[in-house]
Amino acid sequence: MNEFRVASLERILPLGTKILRINWLLVVLLCLAAMIGVAVLYSIANGSWTPRAAQHGVRFGVLLLVMLALALVDIRWWMALAYPTYIVALLLLVGVEVFGVKVMGAQRWLDLGPVRLQPAELMKLALVLALARYYHSLAVDRATSLRHIALPAIMIAAPVLLILHQPDLGTAMLVGATGAAMVFLAGLSWRIIVIGAITGLVGGVTFLIFGLHDYQRARIETFLNPERDPLGAGYHILQSKIALGSGGLVGKGFLGGTQSHLNFLPEKQTDFVFTALGEEFGFIGTLSVLVLYVLILLTGMMIAGQSRHSFGRLAAAGVCVTFSLYVLVNISMVMGLIPVVGVPLPLISYGGTVMLTVMTGFALVMAVHIHRNVDLPSGRGFFL
Amino acid sequence: MARRDDDSSSIFTRRALILSAAGLVGFGALTARLYKLQILQADRYRGLSDDNQFNFQLLAPSRGRILDRHGAPLATNADNFRLLLAPEQVPDIDELLVRLGKIVDLSDDTRARIDKAIKRGGKSSTVVLAENLDWTDFASANLHLPELPGVRPEVGEVRVYPDGPSMAHVLGYVGRVPESMDSDEDPLLRHPGFRIGRTGAERALDKDLRGKAGALKVEVSALGRVVRELPDPATIARPGKDITLTLDQRIQSFAAKRLEGQSAAVCAIDIATGAVPVLLSTPGFDPNLFAKGISGPDYRALLQDEFKPLFNKALGGTYPPASCVKPVIALTALRQGVTDSHERVRCTGKIKLGDREFHCWKRRGHGPVNMLGAIGKSCDIYFYEMARRLGIDNIRDAVREFGFGENFDLGIGGGSTGLVPDQAWKRARFGTSWSQGETLIAGIGQGYLATTPMQLAVMTARLASGRKVVPYLIEGQGEQNFGDLGFSLASFGAARAGMIAVCEAPWGTAHRLGGLGLGDLKMAGKTGTGQVRRITKLERDDRVRKNNELPWTLRDHALFVTYAPADKPRYAVAVVIEHGGGGSVVAAPPARDILRELLKADPEVAARLAGNGGTSAEPAP
Repeated sequence: MNEFRVASLERILPLGTKILRINWLLVVLLCLAAMIGVAVLYSIANGSWTPRAAQHGVRFGVLLLVMLALALVDIRWWMALAYPTYIVALLLLVGVEVFGVKVMGAQRWLDLGPVRLQPAELMKLALVLALARYYHSLAVDRATSLRHIALPAIMIAAPVLLILHQPDLGTAMLVGATGAAMVFLAGLSWRIIVIGAITGLVGGVTFLIFGLHDYQRARIETFLNPERDPLGAGYHILQSKIALGSGGLVGKGFLGGTQSHLNFLPEKQTDFVFTALGEEFGFIGTLSVLVLYVLILLTGMMIAGQSRHSFGRLAAAGVCVTFSLYVLVNISMVMGLIPVVGVPLPLISYGGTVMLTVMTGFALVMAVHIHRNVDLPSGRGFFL
Repeated sequence: MARRDDDSSSIFTRRALILSAAGLVGFGALTARLYKLQILQADRYRGLSDDNQFNFQLLAPSRGRILDRHGAPLATNADNFRLLLAPEQVPDIDELLVRLGKIVDLSDDTRARIDKAIKRGGKSSTVVLAENLDWTDFASANLHLPELPGVRPEVGEVRVYPDGPSMAHVLGYVGRVPESMDSDEDPLLRHPGFRIGRTGAERALDKDLRGKAGALKVEVSALGRVVRELPDPATIARPGKDITLTLDQRIQSFAAKRLEGQSAAVCAIDIATGAVPVLLSTPGFDPNLFAKGISGPDYRALLQDEFKPLFNKALGGTYPPASCVKPVIALTALRQGVTDSHERVRCTGKIKLGDREFHCWKRRGHGPVNMLGAIGKSCDIYFYEMARRLGIDNIRDAVREFGFGENFDLGIGGGSTGLVPDQAWKRARFGTSWSQGETLIAGIGQGYLATTPMQLAVMTARLASGRKVVPYLIEGQGEQNFGDLGFSLASFGAARAGMIAVCEAPWGTAHRLGGLGLGDLKMAGKTGTGQVRRITKLERDDRVRKNNELPWTLRDHALFVTYAPADKPRYAVAVVIEHGGGGSVVAAPPARDILRELLKADPEVAARLAGNGGTSAEPAP
């Protein structure tokens, strides 16, 4: 009886049911991550709530409520808004090209009066939504046909190229990889995957050789040999490794990180926040954070797997992929495994835009969880 | 529809598992890497972290002062407000210099110096940006520090020589550590503000004056800004030792003033102890310029000056002793028994030796002169004759006993041995044999003989005391007991009588001096006129040119050696005025004045003068 009820598809959910279906485990895990962020920012400011720790906490609190509210929005609305969001994001990216504000040599921001927007952040979610929407409407066997490869390829390539042009190599790769992961999850045949991988590899290498900006090339060269110029470009990585390594097993203790407190760490409140954390809490601290992230991701993937519609599965998984790429890229970067690309650590790094993206993403995941049994039309129209 | 959904669901599940597995591998790799960094390599990185966190700033110790015999400072230290730069912490040095240039005056070569320092010491070296800033500039630079990463203010010390040129040669000066020096020897040498003794006493006594560097452990930020100082009593800088010299600051200044404008040297010796209260070479130079870093043009001007201001003539200048050597020749003649003090030698103005003629300075001759007259009138013929009888070997041995050929550098360097010629020397030097004519002119202190003013002062002190007086400059280095010289008291008496006659007899060469001018204290002395050119037969037949007809460098050196009081000698003074002309006219007056100053300051002499003064004020009935 129970099984049957679960198996049947729902159409409209009452608000009470929705609230009951909120995945509280995910909420707790997200809160934990944000609290770690508050603690580290408090410590970096030499034990002060200002300028960042308190704001980080408040921001998370507000966005958590926003996330829960968005999660209650019917999944059909999410789906209906997928393409429009994508189009808007794409237009904003073009807008950045034309009207964008240059910050530190890169054109990433769009100044809209009081709000400065990073369209690339919006695109991360928009692409997930759009691809999920696209594959939802597509029969599995057709996901492999050439015509149905070309469209998602364009959907991915357009924003990737625009972001690359800003230039923001990190975000471009993140968006591209997320898109690729979703195409993979949607059931692209292995034959094409292999061909695509080879093409991508060749293209990537070509790009690395010819298409990089000087600063990007310097970063990569530095990455390959950071000790070569310890006070030049390799400085960040080396200092970051020193901070992490000197943390040892248990760390230098809360508020005791010398590297971070003495300004040896660059961007310690954003990109290098993990380093500050590793210095003060040691291997135990960093491992705990990694475990926390894995738990968040596994929860997210479980939610994706439990969804009974393709849109939900792909959207939730897409968010998880984006999230895990953030984490993997950021931590690899601060440990010197990959070049410095400027990707923050979600929920812990200070920064409004990123948190907005991440929390909206988890709102989508939560919405998928709440609406996992909803019967979704395989709409072929622009909205539905 | 359900069918299709199941298909897509199972494909999704498979692929999601693959992707999750890949993700987990990624997280596993990160964990492994973290394990390596934080557990396996923790020690290494902890060390690097400590290096980052702490810097040891070398604390320069206060340099020891140099004092005169009364404790007056000759070399001391003053605050030096300076700005140091750590080039490694500055991404754009040019831009920094532009910004700093708006706050303080930077010398034009700052950029070049920074480049040089980086080339020499690597990026981690520290460079002096600006020195000897006044307080306002220093304060405003401090105010702007937050905008000047890599710049560190420091209150250091600069060496100050209150007397300037008059002490320059004795004290020397401090300067930057020469690049050739091995900086591993003492970490202080790497301190950008450290100045090392480059010449004179500063150099000779550098190890004592320098002190020991301290270290200040400071916690620094990545920008090199000092966050906290962690003082450790064990690493406090130990100041250098104060050094006392035998010099008398007041009388040295007096001497410098007295010889202003001349290229001259003065040495004075305390006959009882060997202490040197005056050691002067003029013209001098301002050692303060060197301590602060002399400019290229200033330095070149000093180098090109024909009076050689950088050269310590008192210790290193060599001059023919000329007639000053005559008392020693007389003593030697008595010791060797080639004459007695009564024998008269007839001076006709010239003496023939083979086909060469040797002339007396007095063209028409002195007539018959005994030893007293020969010294007092400085008769050349008498001493040609004595030299001829003695032979060069005896002369050599005797002048050596009086200090010729010995390097008295007084422990500060820059001394010369001069030259005491003999047959072996000439053979080695020129490959020719000694001629008797050369013995003759050695008898009047000309020819190859070369002495320093210090040697002349030593000779005078030894003549006055009969003891082997050894001069010293650095307090504590004096010898306690001087041995007797190998001459009889009677012969010393004869030689001294001659020297007293020089100053006190109406026919003495220095009688125009008018004596010491201190009550009835008598002085003894010997004039000397050191010939620097050969007077040809042709010129002598016509007319010997006067000094003022000659270019400066060809004029005679004026020499005067003196001691007083004649009955109980306290001080010996030697004065050499380069190309000054006749010793009696040019060198004797300043020598007498300096000697008088020394005597006036001597308690024993002052007591005698007070006694005499009493009698002269109230003549005995």
